[in-house]
Amino acid sequence: MQRHLISAADLTRDDAVLILDTAEEMARVADRPIKKLPTLRGRTVVNLFFEDSTRTRISFEAAEKRLSADVINFTAKGSSVSKGESLKDTAQTLEAMGVDAVVIRHGASGAPYRLATSGWIDAAVINAGDGTHQHPTQALLDAFTMRRRLVGRDAGIGQDLAGKRITLVGDILHSRVARSNVDLLHTLGAEVTLVAPPTLVPVGVGSWPCEVSYDLDSTLSKSDAVMLLRVQRERMNAAFFPTEREYSRRYGLDGDRMAKMPEHAIVMHPGPMVRGMEITAEVADSERCTAIEQVTNGVSIRMAVLYLLLGGNEPAVTHTRTEEK
Amino acid sequence: MSKILIRGAKVLGGEPQDVLIEGSEIAAVGSGLSAEGAEVVEADGKVLLPGLVDLHTHLREPGREDSETVLTGTRAAASGGYTAVFAMANTFPVADTAGVVEQVYRLGQEHGYCDVQPIGAVTVGLEGKKLAELGAMHESAAGVTVFSDDGKCVDDAVIMRRALEYVKAFGGVVAQHAQEPRLTEGAQMNEGVVSAELGLGGWPAVAEESIIARDVLLAEHVGSRVHICHLSTAGSVEIVRWAKSRGIDVTAEVTPHHLLLTDELVRSYNPVYKVNPPLRTERDVMALREALADGTIDIVATDHAPHPHEDKDCEWAAAAMGMVGLETALSVVQQTMVETGLLDWAGVADRMSFKPAGIGRAQGHGRPVSAGEPANLTLVDTAYRGAVDPAGFASRSRNTPYEGRELPGRVTHTWLRGRATLVDGKLA
Amino acid sequence: MDSEQDKQQYEADARPVLEAPDIARVLTRIAHEIVERAKGADDVVLLGIPTRGVFLAQRLAAKLEEITDRKIPVGSLDITMYRDDLRMHPPRALARTDIPGDGIDGRLVVLVDDVLFSGRTIRAALDALNDIGRPRAVQLAVLVDRGHRELPIRADYVGKNLPTSLRETVKVQLAEEDGRDTVLLGAKRTARPGEQ
Repeated sequence: MQRHLISAADLTRDDAVLILDTAEEMARVADRPIKKLPTLRGRTVVNLFFEDSTRTRISFEAAEKRLSADVINFTAKGSSVSKGESLKDTAQTLEAMGVDAVVIRHGASGAPYRLATSGWIDAAVINAGDGTHQHPTQALLDAFTMRRRLVGRDAGIGQDLAGKRITLVGDILHSRVARSNVDLLHTLGAEVTLVAPPTLVPVGVGSWPCEVSYDLDSTLSKSDAVMLLRVQRERMNAAFFPTEREYSRRYGLDGDRMAKMPEHAIVMHPGPMVRGMEITAEVADSERCTAIEQVTNGVSIRMAVLYLLLGGNEPAVTHTRTEEK
Repeated sequence: MSKILIRGAKVLGGEPQDVLIEGSEIAAVGSGLSAEGAEVVEADGKVLLPGLVDLHTHLREPGREDSETVLTGTRAAASGGYTAVFAMANTFPVADTAGVVEQVYRLGQEHGYCDVQPIGAVTVGLEGKKLAELGAMHESAAGVTVFSDDGKCVDDAVIMRRALEYVKAFGGVVAQHAQEPRLTEGAQMNEGVVSAELGLGGWPAVAEESIIARDVLLAEHVGSRVHICHLSTAGSVEIVRWAKSRGIDVTAEVTPHHLLLTDELVRSYNPVYKVNPPLRTERDVMALREALADGTIDIVATDHAPHPHEDKDCEWAAAAMGMVGLETALSVVQQTMVETGLLDWAGVADRMSFKPAGIGRAQGHGRPVSAGEPANLTLVDTAYRGAVDPAGFASRSRNTPYEGRELPGRVTHTWLRGRATLVDGKLA
Repeated sequence: MDSEQDKQQYEADARPVLEAPDIARVLTRIAHEIVERAKGADDVVLLGIPTRGVFLAQRLAAKLEEITDRKIPVGSLDITMYRDDLRMHPPRALARTDIPGDGIDGRLVVLVDDVLFSGRTIRAALDALNDIGRPRAVQLAVLVDRGHRELPIRADYVGKNLPTSLRETVKVQLAEEDGRDTVLLGAKRTARPGEQ
């Protein structure tokens, strides 16, 4: 039995639905006067962040605290890590302090997998984003948001996303969000289309369970949700696309394009948004944009993941791929 | 004069024969040779090969003695059946002067496990900007004939052209590490299906192939020979095959690991599989085996690249590139080439001894197993089967991708000019 | 989860101690007791503990509405995340907590469960209530009290007191979940998570 959450590809359909259903219950805690549960009392979780990501760290921290876990925040900047201490030593030091779970954000793809499988530590490992590999809790909160909006908050319980058409637009090549979403949405039965300039689609994408298009306009009318991925301006310097203006003209979502989407369709963004690049302010601030909801849902999803991995004597989530050695 | 009689050895895999060593030379090869006054080694059907020659070894000394030294590296070489290794120039300081190459050469001679033939850097500091003193290195006691910036590509076409031309004056050869640097910025593994999934920076085959294509054309233009290090792609094979068909004087090597391993192994994110050039696909592996069999690829070279444990016991991106290979090379070749029927043992002798010695102009190595030749010999128990245990390595480093993997064959004896460096699998 | 075969075997071996008419009768009695004790039940909120406590609470509410001719707020209170034995089992799927719109502050909350055994479920329910609001008072209604309390907790309304041994199991089946109404007393097999 796996104790870790490393990749969205490791989740079965039933695991994923269980997480979404659990998150739906967790979300109700937010409506109470006391937004706290005693579930993880006495468990210590460390947020081990080798990359700056205030949003993700705060979201995990809120989830951990709502479940009454003891929280240690460790940011690599200014620590011994920046003086050359290895991931292994850092992790072992933390475990020596009695940590039950490590939530790790790391710039190197595969670092959480290494942490979970190298025998360095015994703690459960939760991937909070690694390089350009995976960001499974992001994919889960995205799926949660889609299920709520496209299936319904109560009607969605026990349901997956069968038949929903999801379009991901932007820098697929460098995006762990895209990889995680393709894996998870496919598992949940959705039909995924990736839209990007060919330079920002990875070689080898042909083996992914999704369609690839270079033309945004032709996919809009066939989308139940359009997810925009952040495009970093520095990519221009590496000749991935000529100019910001050309990118947003071909792949940015503005009001006119949004109007081509079906009425029920939503616009999603994992944040942080680059307004004027992949999304106009008009779209970002519209009712159809779920960016803020996604942030709220992130806390519920992370509570669910923490509960299901740490809430008992063994995890409730089975994994299909990541095997412990 | 000491006499050793190797009784009943399948010389180059042929019928069992006796081989008599007297002093540093082979005195006789035949049946029923007299054992009088000789120490007898019962070969008992083992295969006798000419001492193996590795055209591509990293001994790390001077500068990175924490990963390997000339002593530990040559002991590893003797364990693997090698009697001569060519030591790459990417040491600290870089082997770009007569002083450094002479030091490495002398250390090899002093230790006596294996001849060490230093490779000189093509450019000063491997920086690709200014030619190193190639002539001075050739004229030094080390007698350098092979020049390489291995680890880095000589990517400037003009510098490469000049180097190819310049070494003609003394019969040298430039060994190119073919890697277009701009196409491999941030590259972590073979670019393809697996890299797309793992989110590791892609290392496209074309980064290797474009340099090889350029260099064979340069070699043709200036009438020089060129050697291509560690071919790793099916496309590279096609280019070398085409170049040879045009009569271009190109030779090429393949590493044992590229004959066996694929990028699927990277899914473990275990940096023991991180290597330059990266592990490629099954299709590439098959093309490389076929090319080694048909002679498109001339030789097997280990690219033995020792690294200390801490440089591999970390996340993939932070890990060093390279694998140790001297002590497992012959076993991997037996599994991938001999047991698949692609090469016989005479073919192995050709790809791992005769040809590499020829390309590197290694004196006294890669000679036939016959009377009057230097007694550089390797005895292999080809029936042996066993799991690789890095704890038993003579190398200072343990970064092998084969830990726990069952491989066939084991070198039991190695003789360097008649003196045993390995006896019954133990270093002398 | 019981396999169908296990379930059939258990039901064949078990002895019914309450049948559908008995269950209906005791619920009616409890409803009347609530009205009496709560002096008209005008501030009563019924909170069932999932799974079967919720159905019992809904049935009680219906009966109370008949008696009082008033709408009785009814909801559910999942206590999973307040359990004291979380570390002894894999995490359980969560059930719905559904607090009626006007909340519980200042009201009389009647917790409803099917079987009262160790008292630990009720202890967890009291903790959960604490995080949701401040009732005027909390009372407990159960269909069956089988004894063997491990905490100082007792029920205010009991359908049936059922003396049992620890080697026995009590299983409540309700039409909404199980297709029929019955309470079965059986012999213990290997313990299953969640069994009372």
